[in-house]
Amino acid sequence: MLLEALSNARGVSGNEDQVRDIILQEIRGYIDTYRVDALGNLLCVKKPRHASEKWPHKVMIAAHMDEIGLIVTGINENGTLRFDKVGGIDDRILLSKQVLVGEKEVPGVIGYRPIHLIAKDERDKAIEADKLSIDIGASDEESAKELVTVGDYVSFRTAFGALDEESRTVKGKAFDDRAGCAVLIELLKETYDLEIHAAFTTQEEVGLRGARVASYSINPDAAFVLEGTICDDLPKKKDTSPVTELGKGPAITFMDRSFVADRRLVELLVTTAKQMDIPYQFKRAVAGGTDAGAIHLAREGVPSVTVSVPSRYIHAPVSLLSLSDFDHTVQLLRAALYNLEGGLP
Amino acid sequence: MKDLIKTLVETYGPSGNEEQIRGLIEETISDHVEEIQVDTMGNLIAHKEGTGDGKRVMIAAHMDEIGLVVTHIDDDGFARFGRVGGVSPITLVGNRVLFADSTTGVIGCEKWLRSSKLPEWEELFIDVGATSQKDCPIDVGNIAGFVRSFVDMGKRMVAKSMDDRVGCAVVIQTLLNMEDSPNDVYFVFTVQEELGTRGATAATFGIEPDVAVAVDVTSVGDTPEAHPMAVSLGDGPAIKVMDSGMLTHPGVKRWMIEAAEDADIPYQLEVLERGSTDARAMQLSRIGVAAGCLSIPCRYVHTPSEMVDYGDVQGSVDLLSAMLGGEIDLS
Repeated sequence: MLLEALSNARGVSGNEDQVRDIILQEIRGYIDTYRVDALGNLLCVKKPRHASEKWPHKVMIAAHMDEIGLIVTGINENGTLRFDKVGGIDDRILLSKQVLVGEKEVPGVIGYRPIHLIAKDERDKAIEADKLSIDIGASDEESAKELVTVGDYVSFRTAFGALDEESRTVKGKAFDDRAGCAVLIELLKETYDLEIHAAFTTQEEVGLRGARVASYSINPDAAFVLEGTICDDLPKKKDTSPVTELGKGPAITFMDRSFVADRRLVELLVTTAKQMDIPYQFKRAVAGGTDAGAIHLAREGVPSVTVSVPSRYIHAPVSLLSLSDFDHTVQLLRAALYNLEGGLP
Repeated sequence: MKDLIKTLVETYGPSGNEEQIRGLIEETISDHVEEIQVDTMGNLIAHKEGTGDGKRVMIAAHMDEIGLVVTHIDDDGFARFGRVGGVSPITLVGNRVLFADSTTGVIGCEKWLRSSKLPEWEELFIDVGATSQKDCPIDVGNIAGFVRSFVDMGKRMVAKSMDDRVGCAVVIQTLLNMEDSPNDVYFVFTVQEELGTRGATAATFGIEPDVAVAVDVTSVGDTPEAHPMAVSLGDGPAIKVMDSGMLTHPGVKRWMIEAAEDADIPYQLEVLERGSTDARAMQLSRIGVAAGCLSIPCRYVHTPSEMVDYGDVQGSVDLLSAMLGGEIDLS
C-alpha cells in the first residue's frame, strides 16, 4: 500500500528526499511537468483537459512531505548522542523510544535510568528532552563518530501495520502529513478541467517554510491543503468539544491558528459532501496551523481551505487513522474539484 | 463625526467576517474616490489619484474586530467556542455576542458564581436561547462579535471595537475632507488584523506603496496603577516610534512630527511594549516599505468598553490631512 511506503519513509523537516523520491516515482505517469525548487518542494503541473476562462482555474493542492523528529547536536564522551527536537514534540513521548539515526539508519534507543534507580519524587515528573540522550550502542565518542555526525537527522522507528481489519484502522508514524501526500497522489490519477498544481512541500513542521516559497512561485487562484489532523475522540471527563472523531469522515477546517478558510471553498466542500453522500466533519478547535497559513498570504492573497484525515496521536512516534476516512477524503476532494470546474461565486 | 463613529462601532465585523462593515464603509466613501475595489482577502481599497508627482501612499485602518468562533454545540444547544484575536476570559462572563445573522447570545460559565477564579476557556459557553442542538440557530464555524452600544460622554466616547473602527473613522473623515494632493493615495480598510495583520500583508503586496501609515489605537498609561506608558488620553494623536512588531522609519517619523508642528497640532510620541499594527506587515512587503503609525490613544483595549478622547480623534484627522496634503520628504 502506498500509505505504508510513505509512512515508513524517513523525512524529518529539511531532509525530505526519501519521501520525494517515492512520490515522484508514483506520480510520474499522471503529471505533465515537475520541478524541485530551492527549498526541496516537489512542484508538479497537471494540465486541464480543456482550456477555460472560469475562475478559479489555477488550483494549488498542497501536502507536506516532512515529519517531526530529532537532530543530533553533539556526541558525548560515553558514545551517546545529544539531540534537539525538530518540530512540535511533547518531551514526555520521547522516553524509551526506538529511533534511526542519519543516512546509515543507525538504530538507537532513547534510554533513561530504570525505575530502581529513580527517586520517588522524580518519578512524578516528566523528564525534559535535554536530559535525554540517544544510545546507539557505541562504547565511546570515537566509535560513535564512525557511525554518526552532528547534524544527522533522527526519525522514529515505527513500522506501518493494520490494527483492526474490520474498522480498517492502521498504525504508523508521520500520518501528519503522509496521509495528505497519499490523498494528493490519488487525486493526480484523475484529470480535471483545472490547471492542477500539486505541491509536495518541505519544512511545514518548522514553520510552513516550503509552502511559503512554493505558493509565491505558483501564484494560484485558489488552494487546497491536505493534512493529517488532530483527533481527540477518546473518552474524557466531559466531552465539550472533540476536535475530530475517527471514522466520521474528512475534517474541514473553518479556522485554525494560521488562517481563516475561504467560506466559498468550505461551502463547496460541504455541498459536495452532501450531494455525494460522503461523511464529513468540521475540525472543531481553533488549534494548530497548516501550510494554508503561508499559502493564503502569498502575493495578493489566495482563497484557501484545509481538509484533513483525522489521525489520533499525531506528533508522536505512532499514530492511528481509519482507511475509510482516508478513502472518503479522496472521494470528497475529487468530487469537489469536479464541482470547482464550474467556478466559484 | 460622532455619528460616523457610532455607526462604525455598532456594526458587526469580527475577523474573517468583514462583509457588513465593508459594505457600510464602501457606501460612505465610494462617491469620493476615483477607484474602489475589494481584493482577494476582502480588503477594501479606495484610490484617490494625485495631481502631481508625489509619492504612492498607503493608509491602512483595519475593519475587523475581535470575537469568538463556535467549535461545538452540545445536545442542549449550548455552544462552546474558541477565540478570534486577543480576547481575555476576564471580559466574557455575562457579556453578549452577536452573530452575522443577528442571533444574539450571552456568555455563561460552568459553576458560575461559585468561584472567584478567572474562568478557564473550557468552562465558558454561549447561550443563544436554544433548547436543543436541533433548534440552535447557529452552526459550528459561525463567528460572533461583541455587543455594546456607543456612549457619547462629551469629551470622551466609549464603545466596543474602537479598535479599530475609530481608526476607520479617522481615515474616512480624512478622505472626505481631502482636497487636491500631489500624492497618489490608497485608503485601505484591511481585514484580519487581529489575527496577525493578514489582510495588510496581501494588500501591500498588491499596492506596492512608497510609504505606508497605519491608523490604529494604542494603549495608554493614564489609568490607576497602569503599566507605565507615556501616552495619555486627551494629549493628542500619538506618533508611533516603536512597538513589538516594528520600528518606525526615521523619515516617516520626521514627516509626521513636522506635519503636526507646522499645523500646530498637539501630539505625543509612543513606544508600545506589547502589540503591533498593520504597519508591521506593510513595512516588510516586497523589498520593504517606509512605514509608520498614527495612533489614537485608547483605554481598555480589547474589552467591550474601549474609551477614546474626541479631541484626540479630531487631532488625528487634522494630522493625517496635514501629512497627505503636501509633498512628502522622507530624507
